[in-house]
This record gives sequence, structure tokens and C-alpha cells, in this order.
Amino acid sequence: MKHSTPLLALALALAATQAQAQTIYPLTKAEILSGSKFDFKVEFPGAPAASAVKVTINGKDPAQVLGGSVKFTEKEDGLGHSAYIIRDAMLKAPGQYVVEASMGDKKSSVKWEVFNPTQRKAKNVILFVGDGLSVAHRTAARILSKGISEGKYAGELAMDDMPAMALVSTSGTDSVVTDSANAMSAYATGHKTCVNALGVYCASNKNTLEHPKVETIAEIVKRKRQMAVGVITNTEIEDATPAGMVAHTRRRADFNDIVKMYFDTQPDVMMGGGSPNFLPNSTNGSKRTDNVDYLKKFQDAGYNLVTTSTELKSAQGNAKTTKLLGLFNTGNVDGVLDRKFLKKGTVDKFPDQPDLTDQVRASLDILSKNKNGFVLMVESGRVDKYAHSLDAERSIYDTIMLDNSIKIAKDFANKNKDTLIIVVGDHAHPVSIIGTYDDERPGTTPREKLGTYADAKFPNYPAPDADGYPNKVDVSRRLAFIFGSYPDYCTDAKPYMDGENVPAIAGATAGTFVANEKYCGKPGAVRITGNLPTDANSGVHAADDVVLTAMGPGSEKFRGRIDNTRVFRYMAEALGLGGK
Amino acid sequence: MLTRRLLIGLLLSTLPRFALAQSRAEERAQLSFDSLYKSFGIRGLEFSERVSGLKGRPIVIFGYMAPPLKPESNFFVLTKEPMAICPFCQSDADWPLDIVVVYLKKASPLVSAGQRVKVMGRLDVGSWTDPESGFVSQIRITDCDYAKV
Repeated sequence: MKHSTPLLALALALAATQAQAQTIYPLTKAEILSGSKFDFKVEFPGAPAASAVKVTINGKDPAQVLGGSVKFTEKEDGLGHSAYIIRDAMLKAPGQYVVEASMGDKKSSVKWEVFNPTQRKAKNVILFVGDGLSVAHRTAARILSKGISEGKYAGELAMDDMPAMALVSTSGTDSVVTDSANAMSAYATGHKTCVNALGVYCASNKNTLEHPKVETIAEIVKRKRQMAVGVITNTEIEDATPAGMVAHTRRRADFNDIVKMYFDTQPDVMMGGGSPNFLPNSTNGSKRTDNVDYLKKFQDAGYNLVTTSTELKSAQGNAKTTKLLGLFNTGNVDGVLDRKFLKKGTVDKFPDQPDLTDQVRASLDILSKNKNGFVLMVESGRVDKYAHSLDAERSIYDTIMLDNSIKIAKDFANKNKDTLIIVVGDHAHPVSIIGTYDDERPGTTPREKLGTYADAKFPNYPAPDADGYPNKVDVSRRLAFIFGSYPDYCTDAKPYMDGENVPAIAGATAGTFVANEKYCGKPGAVRITGNLPTDANSGVHAADDVVLTAMGPGSEKFRGRIDNTRVFRYMAEALGLGGK
Repeated sequence: MLTRRLLIGLLLSTLPRFALAQSRAEERAQLSFDSLYKSFGIRGLEFSERVSGLKGRPIVIFGYMAPPLKPESNFFVLTKEPMAICPFCQSDADWPLDIVVVYLKKASPLVSAGQRVKVMGRLDVGSWTDPESGFVSQIRITDCDYAKV
């Protein structure tokens, strides 16, 4: 009772603030590329009539400034607000814009900056996204693939050996910690959004596809410059990072809609896993809810469809191939540790999956046929997925694969010096290298096997093969690559030789997860109490900044600390995407 | 849809009589998750000859009960491995392709998720959308009993 008065006052104050604020999209501090499309929306709480509200941009009528026409909807989607929308808006003149939305005496305003880069410095852009790529991934990949003795490395990673470097902050509009959808959306559109969203601001709409959209770099370069676009990944092609190049949805899980969005944008080269969402629901194994055959639709639109590494190489060698759709797995393409060494995962079902390096080589051959240049997004996506499953070795091997792919792109760029290459994580994982697990140490449990400081010495992986991979991961002194967030799980601090780690499984109480007993009985295994809420089944992302390295024309812009939206801006500036 | 439902209804209502006769005459065949599909490819799935041959017949299969939607139901999803994710609970989680949907004889309390179970019932194959839940399945076991193992 004692506390009720201040609490009530606080609640009323909060309610009053919420009731007052009309929300304007794009949100304040947006940096908008001149001539790019976006949806302008104002939501007025309390569902006022059109006559009760006023919206201006630099004091003028928005329809005049933005082009297009206003649609005003009272009680949009039956909710308690009115919506003022101009779809496909565009701003051409560079400079500062002040947007004001008022309802009686309640006023809110946002500021936008329109930038208009017209001088093109780069013909092509290649954006490498290591999903979840954190500093420890780079360090571990360097140790394993280059070797280290007396504290010095025997070589440089391709991703480290670049002239420009920046720290990139990844937080979204709703949370300090983001996901791959929101993070890729920032790289692809230059606008931050919220967790789970792609190419839209998160407004109140009930329909996930009707939130205010912002144009992606793939759409912009195709529409304005007739450039070629490539989207390649080793995850499902519908997954957040690749989808970010073409998708506009509040919900990244809208895989079937995302396939349609790929078809609408038609990137010239698309590769990954995730074929079931391309199959009509009359086909066994389809995950579509309609009977549309997207494999056929893409083929009818001139795409060469390939499903194995052998078919990919053959299509690459065919001078006529200008459009390619590669689908190599029903789910994610297996990581390199499974494909090349352990033969686990789905390698028995899909024995001829390409390596990311094969995908990059083929993409460069095909995309460089377009004289207007290209934008290629390459994702090594399982760096993140294996970090979620607390599977250090698989995550590190896919980082090495990313580096091998970057090497190929650098060789391509070095020929004509007209390609901007960017390498960046989309968000971090809480990962660190804290020493080595040494089987020679006494005892059986992970903490007894852990050597720290001088006791860590150096790991004893065999020398890497020609592709930079040690051919053995279960060595007697291996990196202690540890995870800062975890559910309940059991571990013996050894690599997962029988397949990807599954740390936790569904528990007896709905929505909770418990340690996977499969690992609890192994010699030396210990049971770890999770530090995450019980609804977490795996590790989570971190808000730490990620490292970006870059080379080529336009790369000099990357320095210091930048917001993730600046990756889009500097790509747009390098390509001179302003104006018409 | 109505025709399809009607057909399945008819099938279900007529099957038990044959079932009794058949189960006396033959052993209940055992199916394993590894033998469900002949090909498991980019362009779709092809059932194994064993699965096609056992269509409509009584079978037994072992697997794991996926996290159920509610504590008591006539319906659950059987998976090869214990599920690390709950596709019913998470918007961005997905089912593996090789699941089997189990329809029980009557709504029963379900055991906790991750429990290995033995399922006995009648095999039905082919893409089918559950009219109540909208859940699409390729392989179903109907008229089922199950037991913890």
C-alpha cells in the first residue's frame, strides 16, 4: 500500500507519454539514400480522424515532398491508432529534413538526412558476412590455419590483411542485442530495425508483410544501375542474412513469402540450402502452403538450376549461364568440418555439396559478365549456428572456410582494382579463447584439463592442409574456445566427433530446456547449470561490437567506430548510387 | 477438402475391421527412421519401397516425442532424435523433414518431451494437411497406442 501511490503516478505518467507519442517512420536520425524507395508512415494513437492530424516535411505537404499519395486509415487493423501512409516514397534533394506530426497540441518530430553520392568509385561490391563472426573466431581461425609459435603467427588471414578497419555497433531499434535479420537489414538498407525484421520498420501492423518498407541494396542496384546481384550462403537461402538482400517482412520465419520475394527481385545468382520452400505442396517434402512450383518458375525465368557441386561447376563453365539458382540441401549446407573430414551431419544424404569457395568462384565468373558491375553478398552462416550450439570446432572451421572464400575474392579484385570488398560479422557471440584443454594434465574433468596462462602453452593441431585446415581436431592439447552464455548442458570439453553438439533438449515443462543427457555420461563430462533463462536451448548473441575489414575503392571510409547502417551508406557511396 | 476429409474418415472407419483380421494373420512390421525414404533430395522426398509396401498396415516404430502443444492430445510429432528446438513454440524454428505424425486412438495425456517411445498403429503415407491444426505431414501413424521405453 505504501508503494502504490508513486507506482500509480509512474504508471499514469508512462501511459500519458505513450498516449502522446505519435510514431514517425523512418525513425529519427535515419540516413536515406537519395532516390531510394521507402514507406513513410505516421501512427497516431487514439485513432483520430484525418481532419484532426497534420503532417509536414520541412513545413510542406508530405505528398508533395515525397511523391505518391497519402492513405489515411482510422483504427488500422482494428487497433487503437490511425495510420498515415505514403508507400514507395522517395527523396531526391540531399540535406536535412524535419518531419512533424501533430494531433491537437501533441506534436512529435524526427530528423532525417538524405545523402546523394553521385561519384562512382567502385564497379563492384563484395560483402562478406561471417554470421556471428566475433574476434575470438578470427583469432582461432588464424591459430589453426596459419599456426603460431613463440607468440608469432606464420601467416595472415585474408580477412585480416586489409587496409581499412572499423568497429561496428550492431544494436537495433528495440534492443541492445540484435539478431541476424535486423543486423543484415541494416547492412542491406541503411536503416536499423528490430529483432526478427527484414527490410521494414517495426510498426503496429498485424500483417507481417505490411510494415513500412525500405529498399534493399539489391533492389536499388538492379532498379537504378541494372547491375547484377548475387546472394550466396551455406544456410538455407530463406534464412535471415541472405533474405535480408531482398525481403520485406516483420517476421524472418516467413520463408514461403521470402521465396516469392527472391523471385520478385531475381538476384542473378542465388545459392544455399532450403529447397523445401521452393516445392509445390503436392510434392512430398514440400514446406509450402500453396501449390506454386518455384523451381519451375525460376527455370522458366532463365535460371540454371543446380543441386550439386558437380552441376555447379558445369554451369559455371557454360558461357551462357547468366542466372543461376543453386540449392544444395533441404536444410543448411553441412559445415566444412563435416563435409571434408568427419562425414557427419547430412553428408550421407547430400554427398556432393559445394564448398563456399566453389560458390564464390562460380558467382564471380557469372556476375562479372554484367558490364554494369555487381553486388555480391557472401555469407558463412554456420559460424553463428555452431556458436549457438556451443560447437567450437565446427564454428572455427567455417571461419577458415570464410577466409578461403575471401582469398578468392581478393585475387579477383586485385586484377582490376575496381572492387570494394568488405568483411564483417553481423553481430557478436560471447566467445573467448582462455587457454587450452590438455589431455596430459591430471584429472578427468574440463576444469582439471584446462591450462591457463603459462600452463596453456600452444595447441598441438597438425600443420594445416593446403586449404588451411588441420586434418585432426581431437588433438591432445586443443583451444579452450569457451562460450559466455549457455543453457543447462553437459560437456567433456572435447570436440563433437559424432555430429553437431545439441546442448539442450526440450524439458518436461512446456517451453523449457534441459541438458541433453546424451553427453552427461561421457568420461569426465560435467553438468553445467545454464546462465540463460530456461526457455533458451542454445547460446545467445552478444551486443559487443564486431570488427570490419575492407579493401578497394571506397574502403577508406571505414574507420573508428561506426553504426552498422554505415556499411550500407559506404557501399552506396562507393557505387555512386545517388540521383537517378 | 471435404471430399478428402470424407475419404479419410471412411478409410479410418473401415480400417479397424481389416486391422483385426490382419493383425492375427501377420506380424506387426517394424519401421525405423533410417528406412523411411528412398531418396531425400532437393526436389523432394521419395518414400522407400518398405514404406510404400506397408501403407495401411500395422507397424511399430521407435522415436522421440516432440514437445507437445498441450498436455493432453490425440496428436503428437515423433522425431528421430530428441528435439533441441520447439517448432510449435518458436517462430523461426523448423521441423526436420523426416518426422512422423502420430494420431492416437483417443486423446491421452502425453509424456514429457524428449521421451523415447514405442508407437504402434497403422501406417498412412502421402502429403496430408490436418484440417484442424493445418499441420502438413508426409508419414502418419493412425489409430495408435504408445508406450514409454
